Amino acid sequence: MALVEIRDVYKSFQRDTQRIDVFTGLTLDIEPGSFTALMGPSGSGKSTLLNLIAGLDKPTRGTVRVGGAAVSDMSAGQLAAWRASNIGFVFQSFNLLPVLTAYQNVELPLLLTRLSGKERNDRVKLALDVVGLADRADHYPRQLSGGQEQRTAIARAIVADPTVMLLDEPTGQLDAKSSQEVLALLQRLNSEFNKTIIIVTHDAHAAERAKMVLHLEKGDLIEKPRATAAAMR
Amino acid sequence: MKYLRLVLANLGRHKLRTVLTILSVALALFLFASLRSVTTTLAATAQFGGARRLVTTNATGLVFPLPLAYGNRIKALPGVTGLSWANWFGGKYGDGKRFFANFAVDAESYLKIYPEIVLPADQRNAFLKDRTGALIGKRLLSQFGWKLGQNVTLQGTIFPGDWTFTVDGVYTPTDPAIGDDVLIFHHDYFDERIGRAGIAGWYIVEIDDVSHAPAVAKSIDDLFRNSSSPTKTGTEREFQATFATMWGNVSFLMSTIGLAVVFAILLVTANAMMMSARERTGEIAVLKTIGFSDRLLFALVMVEAGVMALTGAVLGLGGAKLFYPAINFNGLGFLPGFTVAPSTLIIGALVAIGLMLASGLAPALRAARLPIVQALRHVE
Repeated sequence: MALVEIRDVYKSFQRDTQRIDVFTGLTLDIEPGSFTALMGPSGSGKSTLLNLIAGLDKPTRGTVRVGGAAVSDMSAGQLAAWRASNIGFVFQSFNLLPVLTAYQNVELPLLLTRLSGKERNDRVKLALDVVGLADRADHYPRQLSGGQEQRTAIARAIVADPTVMLLDEPTGQLDAKSSQEVLALLQRLNSEFNKTIIIVTHDAHAAERAKMVLHLEKGDLIEKPRATAAAMR
Repeated sequence: MKYLRLVLANLGRHKLRTVLTILSVALALFLFASLRSVTTTLAATAQFGGARRLVTTNATGLVFPLPLAYGNRIKALPGVTGLSWANWFGGKYGDGKRFFANFAVDAESYLKIYPEIVLPADQRNAFLKDRTGALIGKRLLSQFGWKLGQNVTLQGTIFPGDWTFTVDGVYTPTDPAIGDDVLIFHHDYFDERIGRAGIAGWYIVEIDDVSHAPAVAKSIDDLFRNSSSPTKTGTEREFQATFATMWGNVSFLMSTIGLAVVFAILLVTANAMMMSARERTGEIAVLKTIGFSDRLLFALVMVEAGVMALTGAVLGLGGAKLFYPAINFNGLGFLPGFTVAPSTLIIGALVAIGLMLASGLAPALRAARLPIVQALRHVE
């Protein structure tokens, strides 16, 4: 059974008097433990698809199910609680809270759980250790490099052990070296910890790390094997 | 408690702005407490007065005296059990910058009719025997560093000349409305110095029964209705109220200024909170993406507003409560017993809660209703 099931999804936006159809009957399955890259030109609906899976946005029509839960039917309150335990989201611009240390940023999702202070501490330390930033726990985002910030954001995304990790252009603001570090980390999370990862990217290097590459073109989906993705460079 | 660190971190984001906002709330509530305390102190003074004491003044106005000869005629009326009289003197001491009330009284009857004026028996006797003696409230001792037995010279303003008195006694009032910074001296000496003019500023009339007050007052006023100086008699409370109503417009002004200041600060605080929330649009969207619910974010923003408003309230109201007793404030003698009443603290706390709601509600609602996707597009 697929972890992410998208069935006959329509999504349209209204811009002034114009209606923009992003998806017109999109259907897609993503298996648990997969590492999927979503590629495509700007405006093709990559981020919109990610938002639908994360429950940040709702389809105009159709259903989105993640781990058996009908995300598209949930209320705002149900979605918030569901996201807290099922979704690990990583943004292009890291989006760490500047007033919190790396440790405190990573701890944020755990504040929404019933874990004790000690349990939270153990989980945060483990997450920071996994991303290789155990020694940067007390640093504020302004004291970290871009790569370190993004790794902190990844630690924040994995700390609550979510069902699926969604990453929107995670290497978009990183230099080549930091990009490679982040991608290697994602690959490790997928292979070693069996995390299901869906990554939106323009970067063919990033897509190379994925097991599956989905190409979106004007809302239509073209599945490509990894070798093809490499050739797209 | 686990969210406290997040709240404090947000408050510490712009430390100077947070501190200035808290200080502005504190200042607003300090001013509110101070101005309201003027009003409540005046109102409390107006409530002073023994139920069995009436005051007779000139019907034309308080500044016009009555003949001293009225005393015996009033005393002879049925229902009158005691009588005393006093005259405003208005002398100043030194450079006159530190004002205190001083008036001439018929000493023996005055002390008898006012049991609220308490002093040691030997000092009382010394004062009664000394024609140029004076009694002072205990505050004047510390205010001017006077000592018992010392000669004190006042410069007359209404009644010119240097008036020297010996401090024979120091009293402590049992009712704060009496004032502990008043100097009283013998009316007889006063009358002699002004050439036996035979005047009294007002009479204090003690009656046998509270229920007889209207009848006795009427009989006094009827007695002098057709004389050159008709009288106006009322209860002592009414008499005090006439003093208080002299402040009537000032009280209104103070209440108005107090409210205006609080309202102005409210706008400043609300603006600071709105600005703070607007700056964090992206962060709020990120927190929502992580799983923070609308309700939780609403609560967190309200708690931030609450911490600022209530810290300001503690500083402002607590400051006012401690500051005035510390400096022995009595409004240059016009506000005896000046104190920040518990009711003022309660109203101040309610104002602070109102401030929290007014300044926190809009940004909190904004945070709760923020559409995630649009907000993320704004920061991504």
